[in-house]
Amino acid sequence: MKERNKTASFAIWAGGQAARMVLLLLLVSMVSFVLLSVSPLDPLQTNVGQAALGSMSPEQIERLRTYWGVDVPPVRRYTLWLIDLLKGDMGVSLLYRRPVTEVIAGKLSNSLGLLLTAWFFSGLAGFFLGILAGKRRGGLADRLITGYSLIAASTPAFWAAMMLLMVFSVYLKWFPIGLSVPIGASVGEVTLFDRIHHAVLPAVALSLTGISSIALHTREKMIEIMESDYVLFSRARGEGEMEIVLRHGLRNILLPAMTLQFSSASEIIGGSVLVEQVFSYPGLGQAAVTAGLGGDAPLLLGITMITALIVFAGNLTANVLYGWIDPRIREGALRR
Amino acid sequence: MKTSGKSSMLKRVGSRSAYGKRKAGFPGNRRLATTVLLVLTVCFLAAVTIMGYFWQEEAVRTDFSRKNLPPCVLYPFGTDWMGRDMFMRTITGLSFSIRIGLLTAAVSAGIAFFSGLAAVVMGKLVNDLVLLFIDVVMGIPHMLLLILISFACGRGFWGVVAGIAFTHWASLARLIRGEVLQLKQSQYVKIAERLGKSRRYIAFCHLAPNLISQFVTGLILLFPHAILHEASITFLGFGLSPEKPAIGIILAESMKYLAMGKWWIALFPGLFLVVVVLLFHYAGQSVCRLIDPGSVHE
Repeated sequence: MKERNKTASFAIWAGGQAARMVLLLLLVSMVSFVLLSVSPLDPLQTNVGQAALGSMSPEQIERLRTYWGVDVPPVRRYTLWLIDLLKGDMGVSLLYRRPVTEVIAGKLSNSLGLLLTAWFFSGLAGFFLGILAGKRRGGLADRLITGYSLIAASTPAFWAAMMLLMVFSVYLKWFPIGLSVPIGASVGEVTLFDRIHHAVLPAVALSLTGISSIALHTREKMIEIMESDYVLFSRARGEGEMEIVLRHGLRNILLPAMTLQFSSASEIIGGSVLVEQVFSYPGLGQAAVTAGLGGDAPLLLGITMITALIVFAGNLTANVLYGWIDPRIREGALRR
Repeated sequence: MKTSGKSSMLKRVGSRSAYGKRKAGFPGNRRLATTVLLVLTVCFLAAVTIMGYFWQEEAVRTDFSRKNLPPCVLYPFGTDWMGRDMFMRTITGLSFSIRIGLLTAAVSAGIAFFSGLAAVVMGKLVNDLVLLFIDVVMGIPHMLLLILISFACGRGFWGVVAGIAFTHWASLARLIRGEVLQLKQSQYVKIAERLGKSRRYIAFCHLAPNLISQFVTGLILLFPHAILHEASITFLGFGLSPEKPAIGIILAESMKYLAMGKWWIALFPGLFLVVVVLLFHYAGQSVCRLIDPGSVHE
């Protein structure tokens, strides 16, 4: 009975979290919509160009204006967009001239492997480096790892990507210079190996810069634990260093590290915008830049929604994971 | 280390306290060293900023008799395809980035300070609103929000400034809000409430002065982020026109020459950017250590 109560209360708590996420998504869409509609950039000017506009007849310009939706008032546009969104329609991308959902699905499938690999490897490597550094504060490993993390945190992802490109693609020629498939190959000819071959460098660039925050946080936590009374006591009992790390360190660190990693989706996506630009990798990040520079409001809005959804889903997973494993959190949340 | 038993524990505890004693054995030295290094760092950064400010004209001067030179004594960073001195361009670009970074970090920290304070002092509705806004800002990936805001401002210089200023306040606001919540529980604030002081009086006379150190450290630690994001957003081509000597624009341009083996155009400006960001980071941490009363005796 008591057990069931617990499950029920957990379900309510998780449900509340999910409802909050939906509310936040709605707010994100409003904020981005406002930002997009106050823009003084005239989509016609940016995309058609002044010279071309001047040589067009008024009817042609009028047709273009309706195509880019210049004359519809913003509030009406927003409600229309929202209703369409609930039907699963995000409008038509003005630059790609295809439904936004289609464009995003295509780009996301390119990006997703990249994002997940970088997310996974930076998390794993950062976690272990953090433990190694925090195990002995001030030791050689600690100084090396902290130093690396600080440098990585100060390095813009795009420059790291450029350096990798220069060394491994231009000089050593181990990897292709850009894109996600060989140039000129038809869809049928592209093998899985080709795709991986093209994705290695972007993924490495993303992972290298993504390691630092998780490594530094894990290190801090690990130092705290190594200086705690229970570690002192287990030393007194004669436990070896390895045993202490595995038994007392890992268990206490794993949870905060996982939470941090799940809520770091935002940074990885932000980094991917830059890295994809360097490698001309046709993913979501590059589409965002193209949309932003080209004034393609529907596409930009769609990408914002999708990435916000990924970020919130990551945060939600982190919260639920934490609440599920650590009962103090969810009970605290319920009491409030 | 597989040694076990009481003796090893004693040894460890002993060695630990010895470490502590060694640190405490030179009072003032670490503080002095930190202060000296901090002053040097700040001087260097100020020199870059000021030099860059005065080299603006010189940095865009083209001279086709010296184009595409690799690094040499006269041009330590080489020259580009229009014969511009890359060293000067880099310094001007960094100077520009630093100035934008200072401006935007200040605005960001200001927003964070007031929203964090308001969230606690002005009642539940404001609190919920601030928290919601923090979540929204943190929910959209940083780069994307930057793109959105810069788009909203019609790109250009102010788009970059507004973008960076309005995306960096969220985490600091959350920190300051937590601090205010704690302060509000303290005795003297409660007494002031009982004495019938207004909320505004308490906020500005009792709470705000206690937040200054939080605010200053938060502000300084924002600089490196602001500079990095300024470089990133100009790199993507939002913001400034291509002839402006911003560091992001220099690096974006150098992308085209990567494949042609002109490595110096990309390497040095980027390396210098990393150094500047690192130094800002270091300066921030030093200031934090110096303000923190807990480390006075180190």
